[in-house]
Amino acid sequence: MTVAAERAADVRARGLTPIWACSAVGFLLVSLAVGVLAGPVDLGVGGVLESAAARLHVPGASTPLSPTEEAILWEIRVPRVVLAALVGAMLALAGATYQGVFRNPLADPYLLGVAAGAGLGATIAIAYLPEGLRGQRALPVAAFVGGAVAVMLTYAVGRSARRERDAATLVLAGVTVAAFFTAWQTFVQQQNAETLQQVYSWILGNIPNTGWSDVVLILPYVAVATVVILALRRVVDVLSLGDDEASTLGVDVRRVRLALVVAATLGTAAAVAVSGLIGFVGIIVPHAVRLLSGVGYRALLPLSVIIGAGFLVLADVIARTALSPAEIPLGVVTAFFGAPFFALVLRTTRGGVS
Amino acid sequence: MLRISALVALVAAIFAVVVAGASGGATSHQTGSQASFPVTIVASNGKVTVARKPRRIVSLSPTATESLFAIGAGVQVVAVDDQSDYPKSVPKTSLSGFTPNVEAIASYRPDLVLIAYDPKGLSDALARLGITVVHQDGAKSFKGAYQQIRQLGLVTGHESEATRLVGRMRSKIAAIVAAARRAGRGLSVYHELTPDLYSATSKTFVGKVYEALGLRNIADAADSAGFGYPQLSAEYVVSVSPDVIVLADTVCCGQKSSTVAARPGWDRISAVRTGSIVRIDDSIASRWGPRLVNFFRAMSSALARLRQ
Repeated sequence: MTVAAERAADVRARGLTPIWACSAVGFLLVSLAVGVLAGPVDLGVGGVLESAAARLHVPGASTPLSPTEEAILWEIRVPRVVLAALVGAMLALAGATYQGVFRNPLADPYLLGVAAGAGLGATIAIAYLPEGLRGQRALPVAAFVGGAVAVMLTYAVGRSARRERDAATLVLAGVTVAAFFTAWQTFVQQQNAETLQQVYSWILGNIPNTGWSDVVLILPYVAVATVVILALRRVVDVLSLGDDEASTLGVDVRRVRLALVVAATLGTAAAVAVSGLIGFVGIIVPHAVRLLSGVGYRALLPLSVIIGAGFLVLADVIARTALSPAEIPLGVVTAFFGAPFFALVLRTTRGGVS
Repeated sequence: MLRISALVALVAAIFAVVVAGASGGATSHQTGSQASFPVTIVASNGKVTVARKPRRIVSLSPTATESLFAIGAGVQVVAVDDQSDYPKSVPKTSLSGFTPNVEAIASYRPDLVLIAYDPKGLSDALARLGITVVHQDGAKSFKGAYQQIRQLGLVTGHESEATRLVGRMRSKIAAIVAAARRAGRGLSVYHELTPDLYSATSKTFVGKVYEALGLRNIADAADSAGFGYPQLSAEYVVSVSPDVIVLADTVCCGQKSSTVAARPGWDRISAVRTGSIVRIDDSIASRWGPRLVNFFRAMSSALARLRQ
């Protein structure tokens, strides 16, 4: 990127102030602490701390927890908190990226059909895979493949319109592909009514209790996507000015947009594959950060990662404790708090946000 | 959003089938002779009169299908829905009980249609075609289940077989309960509907089985809304460490002892350590027909093993 482009971005966008960086990190740390301490089973603050100390081989520390409580803390609760943080970070980052790249304040990570594709993949896996393969392990893989295929198709349709420089064309292609995949999914579901309950709970979204295996499964995708997007974060500010402006400032609009979209989509597909459809995180977190801090994308993107992680960890705490020992689907919690906020965003951004 | 709300409606409807009580009232014709038509019964769709012995029955209810074949009315059945899979000899078709097509049903020229779920005015539409419909909602108690079987006996002309079947079920279950209740007393049970830990409380039909065996259902604590089918949190299941786990997601989701033991933290659960994991065919655990006896038998042998 040229010096001129950087300067143009700086004019519009405020950078990251230490206050905002510190409060974001503080919010995340508090969320993680609440996530590990709160749960349907009361382990006590002291118990959790001493157990953690013992795990870290602090001299003289020994865990006061029973083996069952140890298993609850380290095999169920902590991996779930980590997974919620990864999914929340990825969805918020992808949402913020899409909003910048497509210059559309209402863009969310599911914009290009990834949700519809993942939904179809999951439904096909639930309905048609032989019994032995049908367990929890095959589902994320099928959902990931479905999501990735849908977005590739969206890109192909968008390109075939020969107006590929127009971001709106890509969005329309996404709507088209999503409609097609959703219809297909509904058909498969209707032919296999007995799978409905499973598909339904996947669509509502949940952080699964699969221990560390899902964390390991999505970590590479989330890490790569985050690194790529954050490395390009200054370009997003330039792209948000408009394609022509960005071109004159020396940005290869097509290539950069492709890189950003691919990174955001792969990360989203991985997140969706393990957690199902968790709505609104990708919209409310970037908007909350923007409204509160007034920063440009180069600060907004890293802040969204941190706040998104903390937000989803807290939402998951509500999901697993509000009706304890029953659970509430996480997608319900985020939408319940997200929808009123979204209404507020719509009101306050009537003048145009990008 | 549209898709999600449509799904919510469908799933709510499916749950309604399972949850809704057997609102069928007392049968009005109890005269002893076989095949005394016309008969009038009170089913979930109100008072229904069957003018003569039906020859072409279409059953869209897997439970009713099992009962019909158990009371000797199977020869009168010309078509069953895509979920009816027991006994093996049923005339299975692609008819759906959840998204039924009136024309497709009518094309079998039925004189009696049995349903467990009445979506989009299905029974009204069939009635307009002059087809008699008996709607039997999901039973909420054993009494309701027995009553449905007797009603099926009445409307198909197999009253005495139905009465005998109910008598056999009652006595077998009573014997199992008498033998197993001591073994089960005080033990806790977790009934798994799906691998994401949806369960069923004592309020549900399947919950009544555990209640009869003297088992303590761990889902009861999680159902503040009284819906009957809460989703349990994994931490809770591991911490209460149920003595018996019943998997009703063996067919749908391929769950078995090894997949349960492999879940994080579950190796500490009492039922996993003692091997007290009962695998039950999903359909046996979700229907309220004659195979209720099989369910009781599977539970009692698991309890007997546990006490050895």
